[in-house]
Amino acid sequence: MIPALIFVVSVAALLQFFVSYCRSLIAASGKVELSDQTREVAGIEDHIVYGDDFHRLLQLVGLCPEPGNDRVEVWSVRTYFRLLNALRAACRAISPTVADWAERERVSCSYFAAVTLDRRITYNRDLMAEQMSHHG
Amino acid sequence: MLSPVSWFLTLACLCCEAGVVVFLLRRGDFRRYFAVGLYMALSFLFGVARYVILFRYGFESNLYFFFYHYSDGFLTICLFVVLMSLYLRVFEDMGVSQYLRVGALLLLSGTSWFSYQVLAENLLKINTANLQFARFVVELEQNLYFVGLVLTYLLWGAMIKVRENRTRLIQLVLALGVYFSAFAACYALRNLHPQFKAILDYVPPVMAVCLPLAWFVTIHRIPEEARLATTHVVPAPKHH
Repeated sequence: MIPALIFVVSVAALLQFFVSYCRSLIAASGKVELSDQTREVAGIEDHIVYGDDFHRLLQLVGLCPEPGNDRVEVWSVRTYFRLLNALRAACRAISPTVADWAERERVSCSYFAAVTLDRRITYNRDLMAEQMSHHG
Repeated sequence: MLSPVSWFLTLACLCCEAGVVVFLLRRGDFRRYFAVGLYMALSFLFGVARYVILFRYGFESNLYFFFYHYSDGFLTICLFVVLMSLYLRVFEDMGVSQYLRVGALLLLSGTSWFSYQVLAENLLKINTANLQFARFVVELEQNLYFVGLVLTYLLWGAMIKVRENRTRLIQLVLALGVYFSAFAACYALRNLHPQFKAILDYVPPVMAVCLPLAWFVTIHRIPEEARLATTHVVPAPKHH
């Protein structure tokens, strides 16, 4: 009985901590303004990012060589995005409020992916510039 | 013998732990996050020592057995100290550090005593001293993980209440919460369904990588001055 109780409490807490952790990563990226170059590369028009853009943006992130320190963030937000997809699908008929919230969160996840792409593009551009200056 | 996956996880864990210490020193934040840095340094040193002993004396040796369990128990208690240091950081302006220290000491002693009592009831069933000791450590660890989870949850609740806005502190606490709850859930599931032991044995090493990795990312990427409102972090669907 006690292990079952501990299990239920722990899983509930794990979910809450994980969601809050992901939201802290997303909120930190929400303050970053996307560069024109990233918007052009990602095909983002009028500063609007949609929830459905997430996978496409992550594919672009995957094409950019990484600086080596954002893998855990990307993995966490990708897992969070999957949870949101499941929640949205489950709540669409039962609770439209929760489904709307999940959709807004998906948009935030996509913006996070766009900011990650922006950071990687900047990193690679700086790296190229540094190499060019060494060869020049 | 250890599998290639275990080797990979161990190496990744050691690299992240070393990374946290190096970045704390390089950024001049080691004193500010002394408990975090010390825990990571100790975890790194014990990790290296474990593998030296493993290579020299083998997996079946008594020395490896005792060292593994002693160091594991010791590191769990150290993690408890890290949690207390995070409490002190959150409540540093309120002048309650003495109460927190006494409370932490009482809680730690109480958990150890409770673990010993649980084990004492089963002592008759156990024959060897090694097994008794190992069971005490495992019992103590799982109780500490659950107490750690409850304390982290309380700390997170307090942080929301006092509108804590230091991004680094928020992420350090949340990562610790994920770690404690994953461990507590894993141990509880192992107690409920011992037949899943083979699968569940992989959870602690994976989580042992996740905590230093998450802390490394936080220390590396988030400047001390960064601020974040907890209202942006707590999930709450809004009614329109």
